[in-house]
Amino acid sequence: MRSDIVFGQYCEGSSFLHKLDPRWKIIFVFSYIVGLFLAKNIFAFALMTLSIILLWVLSGIRAKILIKGLRPLLFIIAFTAIINIFWFKGETPLLPDSWFFQIYLEGIINALLIVLRVAVLVTGTSILLTYTTTPIALTDGIEQLLAPLAKIKVPVHEFSMMMTIALRFIPTLIEETDKIMSAQKARGSDFSQGSLARRAKALVPVLVPLFISAFRRAEDLATAMECRCYTGGAGRTRMNVLHSTWRDAVMLVAIAAFIAGIVLLNIFAPGYVFAM
Amino acid sequence: MSAIIKAEHLSFAYPGDGDTPAVPVLHDVSFEIEEGSFVAVLGHNGCGKSTLAKLLCMILEPDEGILYINGKDMTSEDITDEDIYDARRRVGMVFQNPDNQLVATIVEEDVAFGCENLGIPSEKIRKRVDEALDTVGMRKYARHATHRLSGGQKQRIAIAGVLAMRRKCIIFDESTAMLDPGGRKEVMDTICRLNREEGITVIHITHYMNEATLADRVIVMNDGRIIMDGTPGQVFSCADKLWEAGLDVPQTTELLWRMKEAGYNVRLDIFDPEECASEIAKAIAEKR
Ligand SMILES: Nc1ncnc2c1ncn2[C@@H]1O[C@H](COP(=O)(O)OP(=O)(O)O)[C@@H](O)[C@H]1O
Ligand SMILES: [Mg+2]
Repeated sequence: MRSDIVFGQYCEGSSFLHKLDPRWKIIFVFSYIVGLFLAKNIFAFALMTLSIILLWVLSGIRAKILIKGLRPLLFIIAFTAIINIFWFKGETPLLPDSWFFQIYLEGIINALLIVLRVAVLVTGTSILLTYTTTPIALTDGIEQLLAPLAKIKVPVHEFSMMMTIALRFIPTLIEETDKIMSAQKARGSDFSQGSLARRAKALVPVLVPLFISAFRRAEDLATAMECRCYTGGAGRTRMNVLHSTWRDAVMLVAIAAFIAGIVLLNIFAPGYVFAM
Repeated sequence: MSAIIKAEHLSFAYPGDGDTPAVPVLHDVSFEIEEGSFVAVLGHNGCGKSTLAKLLCMILEPDEGILYINGKDMTSEDITDEDIYDARRRVGMVFQNPDNQLVATIVEEDVAFGCENLGIPSEKIRKRVDEALDTVGMRKYARHATHRLSGGQKQRIAIAGVLAMRRKCIIFDESTAMLDPGGRKEVMDTICRLNREEGITVIHITHYMNEATLADRVIVMNDGRIIMDGTPGQVFSCADKLWEAGLDVPQTTELLWRMKEAGYNVRLDIFDPEECASEIAKAIAEKR
């Protein structure tokens, strides 16, 4: 269960978004975020809502999963909303003057828009990246996007190799931690009671063998990689070459249209202007 | 047939540093491995089997002696990095711990790793990886995560990785030691098939005597020296020598050995339980 980190929150599928080139996806996400922050009035926000519905349809991911993804943010969202409702000074008071505090219509609209923006931001980036891209594809995408930096001696290949190996070994190490903890529990160790210092102390006999074994694994792996003719990034080819397809072109146009739409609506559409 | 590996008087010691003395491990080891043969290497823990395997893969360099790989002297002065990579391209290794030798998270990407290092073009790697996965019977797991596989499956993936590099010789360093009986059988079946059908030279380091009986030849090591070298029949017939070196013999051999000690006239080089039973029956009938 916990060792599912290899796929992260990836949802198996073969939708339009699943088939996009990870390099483009990274670019799309950044552009999308920029678009979201440009939105200034209610019409732009409507376009934003439309865009997230479209992304959801294109991804083929169940709504339940998306809503679950928002749950950890519930507190922050509620907190920001409340602050905005009570502190915002607008022009249309909603409560009688005799009350000791006041709420304005603009404050409520503002709060709703902030909530909407945060929700769209989180859901949109998760749909584009985490739910439809495996961490390994993401690593490949980042490596190839940053490849030009290798010319100015940025160790791009090395970082991506580290990332790959980390992804490969995290489940193994988690499994091993579980095993060692069980072994220590069987010897009477207690990880769940006592003061913080005491609990931290109980972890030492877990961490020491874990580190020792991690070093042994690293040494074994280095030998194995050497045996398989690994000599670093130079002269290396890849089996899975990333290909851009018509899908990426379509998505590029769509994202460009989205940003243009937001900007135009900001300028030309009348209506409530979002303040933040 | 020619020798793919030829070792002449190899010696090796792990260098000590400062206050730790050097650890001499191998002493004057000589042997030849014929192309296409299946050699089992036996020896108790710490006798230098893994060290020998690392010498053959050019991970370590011998202190003395000459090592020929495919007829080329790998210990001479003017050997280049290119020659070393070329030798590594011929001799591959599968290690003991299945978890510590897989590099990628996805099965097919791990199999491709070696080929990618060699700089082979993408379409060719694809073809080789598919073939290698077919050979070890793991094609339908191509897109699976490596950490979810069983030990035996992981070892077969490691074998596929070696095969995809088109290596002619594979060294298995106790590759079956950490597996359950099912996984061990899976891997042994694959190894035997590779040797018989694909003509791959196999050097199999093991502690399981019944695995050694499958080989054409058995080399027994003790404290960094080769003490016996011959067919499984020849080697296991000298059970006393093996016991002395701290090793077991196959159960059939042990049984026949005891029969012989008790004065029955039996052959010792039988490893099949059925054959063993009929040999004993014959010997008992003869004695009556
Ligand atoms: N990296 C090392 N440094 C120093 N000594 C080592 C090292 N690796 C192995 N040895 C020693 O070399 C001897 C042979 O080890 P090894 O070849 O792994 O034996 P085997 O595989 O037969 O069990 C052992 O006594 C071991 O302690
Ligand atoms: Mg060993």
